[in-house]
Amino acid sequence: MSVNRRDFLKLAGVTGCSLLAGAPRRSEAAMASTEFYGMLVDTTKCIGCRSCEEACNEQNGLPKPEVPFSSDSVFEQKRDTSPGAFTVLNRYPNAKNPGSPVFVRRQCLHCCQPACASACLTKAMEKTLEGPVIYHKDRCMGCRYCMIACPHNIPKFEYESAFPYIRKCIFCYDRLKAGGRPACVDACPENASLFGTRRDLLEIARTRIYENPDKYVHHIYGEHEVGGSGTMYLSAVPFEKLGLRTDLGTTPYPEHTSGFLYGVPLVFVLWPSLLIGLNYLAENGNKGKNHEEEE
Amino acid sequence: MKRKNNDTGRARNALHAVREFARFLASEMKPKGKIGTPFNVITGTIIVVGIALIAIRFYLGLGAVTNLSQDYPWGILKGFNLFVGVAFAGGAYVLTFVVYIMKLKKYEPIVRVTVLNGFLAYVFYAGALLLELGRPWNVVNPIIGNSFGFSSVLFLIAWHFLLYIICEFIEFSPAVAEWLNWEKARRVVEKMTMVTVIFGITLSTLHQSGLGALFLLAPAKIHPLWYSNYIPVLFFVSSIFAGLSMVIIESTFTHKVFHDKIGNTLRASHDDILLGLAKGCIGALFAYLFLKVIEMVHGGHWDLLATPMGYWYLVEVVGFVVLPIFLFGAAIRRRSVRLVQFTSFFTALGVILNRLNVSVIAFKWYAPVRYYPSWIEIWVTLAVISMELWVFRWVINRMPVFTEHPKAAKEEIIPVAEVVRWKASAS
Repeated sequence: MSVNRRDFLKLAGVTGCSLLAGAPRRSEAAMASTEFYGMLVDTTKCIGCRSCEEACNEQNGLPKPEVPFSSDSVFEQKRDTSPGAFTVLNRYPNAKNPGSPVFVRRQCLHCCQPACASACLTKAMEKTLEGPVIYHKDRCMGCRYCMIACPHNIPKFEYESAFPYIRKCIFCYDRLKAGGRPACVDACPENASLFGTRRDLLEIARTRIYENPDKYVHHIYGEHEVGGSGTMYLSAVPFEKLGLRTDLGTTPYPEHTSGFLYGVPLVFVLWPSLLIGLNYLAENGNKGKNHEEEE
Repeated sequence: MKRKNNDTGRARNALHAVREFARFLASEMKPKGKIGTPFNVITGTIIVVGIALIAIRFYLGLGAVTNLSQDYPWGILKGFNLFVGVAFAGGAYVLTFVVYIMKLKKYEPIVRVTVLNGFLAYVFYAGALLLELGRPWNVVNPIIGNSFGFSSVLFLIAWHFLLYIICEFIEFSPAVAEWLNWEKARRVVEKMTMVTVIFGITLSTLHQSGLGALFLLAPAKIHPLWYSNYIPVLFFVSSIFAGLSMVIIESTFTHKVFHDKIGNTLRASHDDILLGLAKGCIGALFAYLFLKVIEMVHGGHWDLLATPMGYWYLVEVVGFVVLPIFLFGAAIRRRSVRLVQFTSFFTALGVILNRLNVSVIAFKWYAPVRYYPSWIEIWVTLAVISMELWVFRWVINRMPVFTEHPKAAKEEIIPVAEVVRWKASAS
């Protein structure tokens, strides 16, 4: 094997550069840690420009909507996410300040212990180490149990397709892995959607409430709801008035079925032994009866 | 040289046997009896149109033929075929328990037909489930894939369905072996009965309750009167009386339709059997009612009873649980088989009501736009039931389902001979 001078210099240069460039390595290390990434939506800062919707549409290659993203007319009705729109903005009246309505984003909340992932029998829904709940379309069999299970009604099914998939926000997982942020966060001109580790975001949220106690409702939606979620909300008006359910409880959803599932091996051990025992008794009982009849 | 001749002779014999067997199967495939009966015409039309509708479903997607929506991902294709159908198929595990485990010989004449019914129900309802899946070709993933969703109740159900269908087939296979006249095979599969019965009852307990446990994951979506931690137990207990009342209904029909196929033993003990099953129904119904009351006390949703959904809840519990208990009681006291049969219909209706309540009606009861099935969904459901009836009739007309096999009957005598010998040696 012969290494000429030019190749050696190239190799040395590449090695040296990669050693010097510490930044990407550090971010890789952060990715490998179990710190969950999430998003903080401060509804008091949102101006309803729909940049997030547009960025999401482009990032995920979704069909262009009939009403352009620059139009406000969509706010006349409450909208839900759909197979063609992973995030939608809704407008709600502001009782405190009627002049400035509240805009609330609706998208996957990326629960800490997601119901959809625990419901999926093929692991098509997966909670990643980085935080996002992603979807493996090649595994999915389209049973739609994730839709039954999700407390926020997020997974949507392509009913009009012969080869349908479940569609929902996956927190721009590819961008995240490349060290980036979700497209919607990048697009937000008002920093109403913040990206960061869940721990940092909670700290920011608490600080904001602490510093402006009159401005905010003293609750971070998503801190404890159904065991906590990656996406969290801050608001000036009560959350139940923003289309967010506040009666979901704090129990992580997988715990609702874990009791039943723990019972399964128990039944598998107890039932056969009980049945064999009963059968033995029944057979002996019959023998005894035959005896009596004979005597 | 001689050996080679022998080999070709054997091969020729084998080929001959295979050809004979194929001819036999072909002849058995032909329908027996008249073809143009009203039943055939009606169900035949339903099946043909149903198959066309299923083709449309696969070509255009689920949205084209169903009223399913993003709010109601599960409709009556799951609510009826799966939740109701499987509950009605529960008769098989209850009766195998009574006959093989508890050794109650009285019910032996109806075990085979019940197991057959259970088996067909699972095959057809699992089949109907495939129509309802968005990507049915991936249905093998939870079975063979590298993606086992152990945390999913549906994963458990998928596996249990598969295993239970195999169990029920083995339980029924002696009848198949008798039909084919395969004596050796019959003895082998008959020896496996006990194992499959024990395994089958265990599997049934788990997946009957598992179907209820599916809904544990939707606490905020199901009306509080129907949502409780007891759902799995309630589903299990109700599958007992659902199965038993289905056995009664089914025997009412088969007695009329297949009158000439029914053996003497069954004909003689038929009324006794139905009255006995009715007693079983009462027990299970009472346990169910008891659970419902405990659930009500624990949940403390008394105020909700005075709402429209509450009235509906009372219709279900009082009308289809409390009333059947009294009706069955009266039927047993008067030894009225007619009333037993009527009450079974009533009870079965109540089970349909309950399963549809949990899966469709009480599900997102607050939603502004409610789900109701499209005519296509109802038609496809009827087509699945019709297909099952056809296969059921085909099997009944060919295999010894209601009658005992002459050889099996002979073997029954042996223990008696043993007793005689024992008596002779004792005296």
